[in-house]
Amino acid sequence: MNREKERTPLIRRSGFQSLVASLLCIIIGLLIGYIVLLMINPSGAGNAISTIIENFFTYKKPKTQLKYFGSTLVKTAPLIMCSLSVLFAYKAGLFNIGVAGQYVVGAGASLYFALAFGMPWYVCLIAAILAGALLGAISGLLKAVCNVNEVISCIMLNWISLYLVNILLSQVKEPTSPYTFVLSSANPDAVLPSMGLSSLFSKNQYVTIAIPLAVIVAILIWILLEKTKLGYELKATGFNKNAAKYCGMKEKKNLVLTMAIAGGLSGMGAALLFLTGFEQWSCTQSAIPATGFNGIAAAFLGGLNPIGAIFSSYFIQHITVGGAYVDKTMYSAQISDLISSLIIYLCGFVFFFKYALNKRLDQRAEKKAALKAENAADTEEGGEDK
Amino acid sequence: MDKPYAIEMLNITKRFPGIIANDNITLQLRQGEIHALLGENGAGKSTLMSVLFGLYQPEEGIIKKDGKQVNIKDPNDANALGIGMVHQHFKLVECFTVLDNIIMGVEPCKFGFLRKDEARKKVLELSEKYGLMVDPDALVEDITVGMQQRTEILKMLYRDNEILIFDEPTAVLTPQEIDELMQIMKGLAKEGKSILFISHKLNEIMSVADRCTVLRKGKCIGTVNIADTSKEELSRMMVGRDVEFTVHKDIAKPGEPVLHVENLSVASKLHKNDAVRNVSFDVHEGEIVCIAGIDGNGQTELVYGLTGLEPVKSGKVMFKGKDITNAPIRQRSIMGMSHIPEDRHKHGLVLDYSLEDNLVLQRYFEPEFVNKAGFLKRNAIRQYGCRLIQQFDIRSGQGSVTSVRSMSGGNQQKAIIAREMDKDTSLLVAVQPTRGLDVGAIEYIHRQIVAQRDKGKAVLLVSLELDEVMALSDRILVMYEGEIVGELDPKKTTVEELGLYMAGAKRKEGKK
Repeated sequence: MNREKERTPLIRRSGFQSLVASLLCIIIGLLIGYIVLLMINPSGAGNAISTIIENFFTYKKPKTQLKYFGSTLVKTAPLIMCSLSVLFAYKAGLFNIGVAGQYVVGAGASLYFALAFGMPWYVCLIAAILAGALLGAISGLLKAVCNVNEVISCIMLNWISLYLVNILLSQVKEPTSPYTFVLSSANPDAVLPSMGLSSLFSKNQYVTIAIPLAVIVAILIWILLEKTKLGYELKATGFNKNAAKYCGMKEKKNLVLTMAIAGGLSGMGAALLFLTGFEQWSCTQSAIPATGFNGIAAAFLGGLNPIGAIFSSYFIQHITVGGAYVDKTMYSAQISDLISSLIIYLCGFVFFFKYALNKRLDQRAEKKAALKAENAADTEEGGEDK
Repeated sequence: MDKPYAIEMLNITKRFPGIIANDNITLQLRQGEIHALLGENGAGKSTLMSVLFGLYQPEEGIIKKDGKQVNIKDPNDANALGIGMVHQHFKLVECFTVLDNIIMGVEPCKFGFLRKDEARKKVLELSEKYGLMVDPDALVEDITVGMQQRTEILKMLYRDNEILIFDEPTAVLTPQEIDELMQIMKGLAKEGKSILFISHKLNEIMSVADRCTVLRKGKCIGTVNIADTSKEELSRMMVGRDVEFTVHKDIAKPGEPVLHVENLSVASKLHKNDAVRNVSFDVHEGEIVCIAGIDGNGQTELVYGLTGLEPVKSGKVMFKGKDITNAPIRQRSIMGMSHIPEDRHKHGLVLDYSLEDNLVLQRYFEPEFVNKAGFLKRNAIRQYGCRLIQQFDIRSGQGSVTSVRSMSGGNQQKAIIAREMDKDTSLLVAVQPTRGLDVGAIEYIHRQIVAQRDKGKAVLLVSLELDEVMALSDRILVMYEGEIVGELDPKKTTVEELGLYMAGAKRKEGKK
């Protein structure tokens, strides 16, 4: 038997195509963002767009740069987790738009265990994972038992969890402000250990093991999906749930399990941010934190690959933070969100570009084959047309 | 004496990357003749028709209509030239009436208002002239498949098409309906319409066509007069070797009952009545029991009930002496029930998985393929995949890592058969195992099924193809409206008698 695999050209490889498509999305997103800036205020547009891309490079001193690079990374960790949550569910055929709500309950559980019970960080982390998993499992159960579309139940649960967490965390908030207690002074044990990482980033105290943890989880998810029996079952269910049922996989059990794991990932993501003390929860917020939803964009921009998600999450966080540096005298404060959301919006087109690219390649190959055949015919007939 | 040609496709060549789909094919259709186009799956029939309809542009070759060269750039051009097609899967709007469907796209209008009266008159005239009985006001979803097909034919006639293409028109019809269709086709030809009849059913071609063009692997093998040829010759032209039509099998030696079904009822998803009503039968070791019937008489639901895909409403299913009425699918599979499903894309395969991953779909959880920590043993899966690919001659582009989606239907089916037969089974439930396959593949699958029987396994075969039922079965159970209305011995019955049972005209004596 011919065991030798035929070499596929680089441009035909799925991984390479995902990368090209993702880069294309980023470039087009930046371009449209630039055009919008031009329309609002032409004189500052060039400056503003470069500020967004530069992010921490705005600072002159390398030491400061490193410190703010650390800050971007701190906010990247939760985004990686959220995008993992989305792509994991997506591989099993579910659209986990509840990632935002699972993130919220993760924040609620980790902060409440830290501030109300005075628990150490690892207990808080586990509490956050369990809370997220529970919320995910509710959506999964509703779908498995009552056939409720997971998108609907997730959106509803997003809001339910936001207000429940607001109520819960009001018990541990500062008396004069809507924010929860500062973690490092209220319960230093609950702060994630830094293991010397902060010194690498110019003593940025918020740089903790959260970042390597998120990367490790991404690798674990990749292994789970690609190498294990569970991954085989979950992906089979995602590709064709009828076939999964036909060969005796417990598709309902797998459905609940998938949503629970996805929820756990989002919940852990929240803990990886709030247990650094980088942010406090505002108990009066009436909008669901965007990190969860950005996870959807990051998952698609990363080509639905756990390793890709690491880089796409970083990029999205990079421009989101960068947007904050845009000159506020020329543009209103919301401009940074506008530009980053434009780019994130374009991220959804990764699969469209991939499809278009493949179609182009097919057409070209067809033309080439036809031309080749024609040439062959011409030489045979002695090129009669000349 | 020969009539002039209505359509000529001369020296058509169409290439796709890597393959030549049509290689210098010439097809000439005379006025008023029925011309069969015969070929296996992938022989290039559909490509040729797509060229005729302007969906593809040929690299070489010309098309002539009534002797004049024409340029067909898109289906609208084809329509303007009077070329019409009845597709294998009807293109009708289910919730519209027959009349609405016929006039769709060419509605007679005045000031933007529909004028259905004229259309109705024309449709009624046409249906009378050609003997196409339909009720113009019936909803398409309420009428039989045969009537739907007549609606499709009327659609072509209403548009004054002169050249009618029938793409495998008999696949969905009962024997009686097939006879009617043959009469209709002959009538149309007599009125001067030219008919192109795409099929791989040799009996039908022999009975209705005047001439036949055979394609094989993109090449035109030849055009023959039906009067001067035989079924054997046509099949040799189509497959390139001799094909055995009769399945060789010894007399069945039934042993112990393997499957025992008692008063089984299964609810229907479509209507309030049960799809399977109070059905009882046994399947023994070493015999092929065939469930015959027209599509939609409860066979699908019966299989779902037996294999556990749907819960049963009442009754009992015993498998090897154990009650499995409510057992999970996995348990049935481990106990030795194999299932070749009716719809290979819906149930049988994960199309986006590789071939080897599909081949272990029923066994991936066995210690052979997964270690205790839950990691898949990729090497073992690869080896197993390669063995089955070789043993069952499954052809694919890149061997065991090929995405199943890119494989041909016949090889996809072979993959399912390899998977289900290689596992240690005592009962094989095969539903339409040869659906949509060509003669060569059918022959192969039939031999495999008989081999299973000869190994002493029980086989429950569900088929809509009468030839297959007659050739393979040791016992025939006929299902009509969810009940078993007859048990027949294939040696003592005829296709006609079977047809009467299938249509509900005859019932087993003694039963109500």
